[in-house]
Amino acid sequence: MTFVATLKNTLSKDLRLEWRSKDAINSMLFFALLTVVIFSFSFELTAEESREIAGGLIWVALLFAAVVALNQTWARELRNSVLDAYRIAPAPLESLFIAKAIGNFIFVSVLELVIAPLFVIFYNLRSVGPAYQLLIVSLLGNWAVVVNGTFFGAMSIRTRSREVLLPLLLFPISIPALLAAVKATTYILTGDESAYLPLVFLAVYDIVFTTIGVVLFETVLQAE
Amino acid sequence: MKSKFAIFAIITFALLSWGLYEALVAAPTEATMGQVQRIFYVHVPCAWVMLLCFPANFLASIAYLAKRNPALDALAVSTAEVGVVFCTIVLLTGPIWGKPAWGVWWAWDPRLTSTLVLWLIYVSYLILRKFSTGGPNATLAAALAIFGCVDAIFVWFAIRWFRGQHPSPVFGSGPNSGIDPRMLHAFFVNMAAYTAFGILLVWLRFVLERTRQKVEEAHAMKALAGTARGTR
Repeated sequence: MTFVATLKNTLSKDLRLEWRSKDAINSMLFFALLTVVIFSFSFELTAEESREIAGGLIWVALLFAAVVALNQTWARELRNSVLDAYRIAPAPLESLFIAKAIGNFIFVSVLELVIAPLFVIFYNLRSVGPAYQLLIVSLLGNWAVVVNGTFFGAMSIRTRSREVLLPLLLFPISIPALLAAVKATTYILTGDESAYLPLVFLAVYDIVFTTIGVVLFETVLQAE
Repeated sequence: MKSKFAIFAIITFALLSWGLYEALVAAPTEATMGQVQRIFYVHVPCAWVMLLCFPANFLASIAYLAKRNPALDALAVSTAEVGVVFCTIVLLTGPIWGKPAWGVWWAWDPRLTSTLVLWLIYVSYLILRKFSTGGPNATLAAALAIFGCVDAIFVWFAIRWFRGQHPSPVFGSGPNSGIDPRMLHAFFVNMAAYTAFGILLVWLRFVLERTRQKVEEAHAMKALAGTARGTR
């Protein structure tokens, strides 16, 4: 099968599975909701303060929630040894990786669409800077988390401890992306500075880590 | 091999003792910071060894993925472990100096923060190695090492650009700016001593890891040959 056909089939299969079971989306949504509520109980904020720290809170909530979905992507393929079938199938494994990453990207984007309004309501947010840039931040930051998460998900599924390992590998690597996403969000919300630099940084991060992920994915999946 | 190692070990410990003497006795007391500045004769050389270890781990990992030679994997483990140890020393000696000098144990200064994140990345590498036993271990670890090293570059920039609230020069900028030649002397002796110490540790760990690999291999061969140890 060609690259595009594999990608399309895997992606549509994952989306259909998710549409029918809604496992990942539901657990992520509930998890993120819990995080938002717990955060707002933990801090009592004025509108001014919440603008300052909401960027950090929303990204931490998203990162934690994303792990829930990321863990399921590959665990799902272990049943009936589907993963082994992938490994011996004459299909390009890179397309499997990209398809999984796009699938997770869609799930986390849906999550963002639900969580962002909640944040606006709970934290009484109003963007002072150009709000349309928030969309760019969320897309770039989302991809950064998801592409690394998909890769490390595949990596941790090959180890003894499976799910436990994913956040332990993903979080340290995600620190620079998280930092940039948080800064970009905060700059936009407070309107203090231009978010240009963190956005460019995130874009470069995305490109570099997508490349490394694609290059090393086959090595990791076929590791004996 | 053994005698070479012994000679190198003796030289290393001689250097370390000399370095300690230089740092504690021979070097003059720093004018503004006093005795506490002496910790830099340990702190900076340890940071230096750490900065040698992590790139060595990166190169060994890439070479392992290309050549699949277990010796390269052993080198990757050894450099990562020794790097983490020295990174830990750097993170511990930093606050010991920071408390009297800055008045706080920890400041989110760019240098400290990047060192901490570097430490986190390589600890996660060691955790991966711990959790994955057997076949895929080395390959997975090598892949993570590549991610980690590239990430370290991003960390460096991210922290300087997005956390740079107080990019203070740590202090009169280390033992490098217009200082007493005896201090410089003590500093270089210690640099040499700790570099040798780092190499010694990597060497030791490397030999250990190679032995472990060979034992594992021998066990596997034995099991394959169907002569697994019977009951006696």
